[in-house]
Amino acid sequence: MELRKSYFSDVRKDDLNEIGQPRPRSDSPGHVTGKTAYFADRNFPGMLHLKMVRSPHHHARIRSIDTSEAEKHPGVVKILTARDVPHNVYTILILIQIGPEDEAVLADGKVRWKGEAVVAVLAETERAAQEAAAKVKVDYEVLPAVFDMEEALKPGAPLVNEYHGQNYYLYDSGECRKVRFGDVEAGFAEADYVLEQSYQSSPIEHAPTETTGCIVAPEGNDRFTCYTNTQAMFFTLDNTSIILQMPGSKLHFVGGTVGGGFGGKVDVIVEPIAILGAKLTGRPVCFTYSREEEMQISSPRAAEKVVIKDGVMKDGRIVARKVTGYTDAGAYSRHSPYGAQKGAGHYPGPYTIPNVWIDTYCVYTNRTPSSAMRGFGVTIGDFALEVQMDKLARLIGMDPLEFRFINAYRDGDMKAHRQPTEGAALIECMQEASRAANWPVAEKYMAMSSYAKGA
Amino acid sequence: MAIRRGRGVAAINYPTGMNLGGDPTQALVHSTPTGNFMVTLSSVDLGQGMKQIMAQICAETIGVPTDRVVVDTADTDTGPHCMGTFASRGTHRAGNAVIQAAREARQVMLEVAAEELEVNASDLETDGQGNILVKGAPQKSISIFDVALSAHFKRGRSISGRGMFLIPRSYPEKETGAMKPSTCYAHACTVAEVEVDDETGEVTVLTVKNVFEIGRALNPKMVEQQLVGGSWMGISHALYETTEPYYPNRDHGGTDFNQYLMPGPGDLAETEIIVLERPSADGPYGAKGPGEMCANPQIPAVANAVFDAVGVRIDTLPITPERILRALKAQATT
Repeated sequence: MELRKSYFSDVRKDDLNEIGQPRPRSDSPGHVTGKTAYFADRNFPGMLHLKMVRSPHHHARIRSIDTSEAEKHPGVVKILTARDVPHNVYTILILIQIGPEDEAVLADGKVRWKGEAVVAVLAETERAAQEAAAKVKVDYEVLPAVFDMEEALKPGAPLVNEYHGQNYYLYDSGECRKVRFGDVEAGFAEADYVLEQSYQSSPIEHAPTETTGCIVAPEGNDRFTCYTNTQAMFFTLDNTSIILQMPGSKLHFVGGTVGGGFGGKVDVIVEPIAILGAKLTGRPVCFTYSREEEMQISSPRAAEKVVIKDGVMKDGRIVARKVTGYTDAGAYSRHSPYGAQKGAGHYPGPYTIPNVWIDTYCVYTNRTPSSAMRGFGVTIGDFALEVQMDKLARLIGMDPLEFRFINAYRDGDMKAHRQPTEGAALIECMQEASRAANWPVAEKYMAMSSYAKGA
Repeated sequence: MAIRRGRGVAAINYPTGMNLGGDPTQALVHSTPTGNFMVTLSSVDLGQGMKQIMAQICAETIGVPTDRVVVDTADTDTGPHCMGTFASRGTHRAGNAVIQAAREARQVMLEVAAEELEVNASDLETDGQGNILVKGAPQKSISIFDVALSAHFKRGRSISGRGMFLIPRSYPEKETGAMKPSTCYAHACTVAEVEVDDETGEVTVLTVKNVFEIGRALNPKMVEQQLVGGSWMGISHALYETTEPYYPNRDHGGTDFNQYLMPGPGDLAETEIIVLERPSADGPYGAKGPGEMCANPQIPAVANAVFDAVGVRIDTLPITPERILRALKAQATT
């Protein structure tokens, strides 16, 4: 890695003692010698193991649940169903007033994705829990499912989630989050060329080395300590407090170093049910995802579809950009309504465009609920935007890098979401990339600056 | 049939934090009786090194070496509230809270030192090595060790501070979408060079040159670890990863690391990282959040390089050999 100190040296003090110094990480010796303690390194006498009975169907009504055989299985201590969870239907973003509550801790009456948790089995050993889980009989009436966002948005599509009432999230702005800036149709009318293209991604797993999980130990004084690898301690504590209808003062969350998060450990899935298990049995409980559960049950990055329509002039100026983004939330909201909205705030990318129209939809389908992941709401949008930029440059016969200089935002430029640009540095990044990659651009672009127009 | 070479570029920006959700973080700092400093947080270290960075930020602010600072974090019984480690917010939000707490603690420390040295607190400075000096008369000094002992046992002062950082939540306007998603943005430009075998559809990323602008590299070695890992992840997203290979069909999803494809050591591109620093107005020592941004530009850069190599656009991720071959076949028949 190289630090290029020549850029922005006029606005930066480099004479600090500790900041800017490559101090060795105090925790790295523990990491590389295998001594760092993770939540799963703890062991408590009498600890129970929790295993989930999961839906084999994408969409089904639950006619009945029979746990009698499972209860007789040697080693089984407790079996939990929906009626054991005090506030079973919840949504995590209710903490920042983004409702409605739409997801059950343990499925009640319906399952909406293949893998949804229905019954929790607590047993003396992992094996006993697994074997007993296999003996739980759930009678399902299979319902038609919808997996494709476009299909889901058509009239007459199976309704994925009754708590929403339609297969998209309803914002205060309607069926999508909107950004309106200038007059996009007038922009298309004056453009030399108009290009409309669609982009698509598939779900992506965070694939952390350490799978999602927690161990709960009753403290004996009506408090419960939860050793967890969540990325957000109080967010998890406060949501657990709602789900279990327990005062937060009864809950104690202990984290530490996490074996990789990437956004995949903020869903508050394992902790509430494990704490409930500890509360009802009075014993420590471990609930840790298997690798298979991590891969297919834990939230992935959402699949997205992005449609971009651009108006561009022969001289390289983009005069209009219309973006329609679709985020595949899967069966439940989790963090997706926020992700779709974050996308609306990110488009049209780091470019100054006078006419912009953005609609971002959060769509429900019968698949594993998606959620936050590194680059949430932005990563796939950047893929679409930057491939589109390449196509536009070639369309007008311009070098793709030079084309970006023409449109790059600079300090003071008004963005589509009506904030003036501050602290821009896109131009300088491109100038340095031009040098590093031996990709020459015209001198006038190398003379540009993010500080202001004309500089 | 041939191996064809191409290159592609992408440029991006990325918001630091989640202003649209409101995301406060608090920090507490206190001195031990012998002048070490404890930073107490509830923020989570995901392996990115948050504890180390918070120690360096606290040390810089108080004016002591980093090894005099211990960070205690991720315990809800002791640490004050933090929204969480996500949205590229950890360093920025918690860093600002630590600075505020450390400044308050430093002020008490200087006041006690001033009493001991019989000068005004405003005439004092730290040397960064664990001592407090009188400005312009450095021979008149006292160690922080002695200041802490004095505060604790003689003067009855608590060398401690409270820190809080909150950017007010922004609510998007219904009709126009006017909103303030972030107060500072990191930037990047990536050039990827690939080889595509037009017989097998296989893509090899030869080189990836990343320029990242991150406000300030608080610890350049740790920045490098974050950015190199991110660059790898971007390439992985572009060419390999998905839980549902035939999306929207739910079948054939990988359930372990044998089936869920990611590039291994033999697939690593030659990676170059160049860092620019334009300090942000509200960042801790100017830092922005680079954690998510660094994994984004490689994806379109690789996609554009594939087109440059073989002349087909793969607009669906991941860009698999199968998709490339189908596109080449379609191109040949038109």
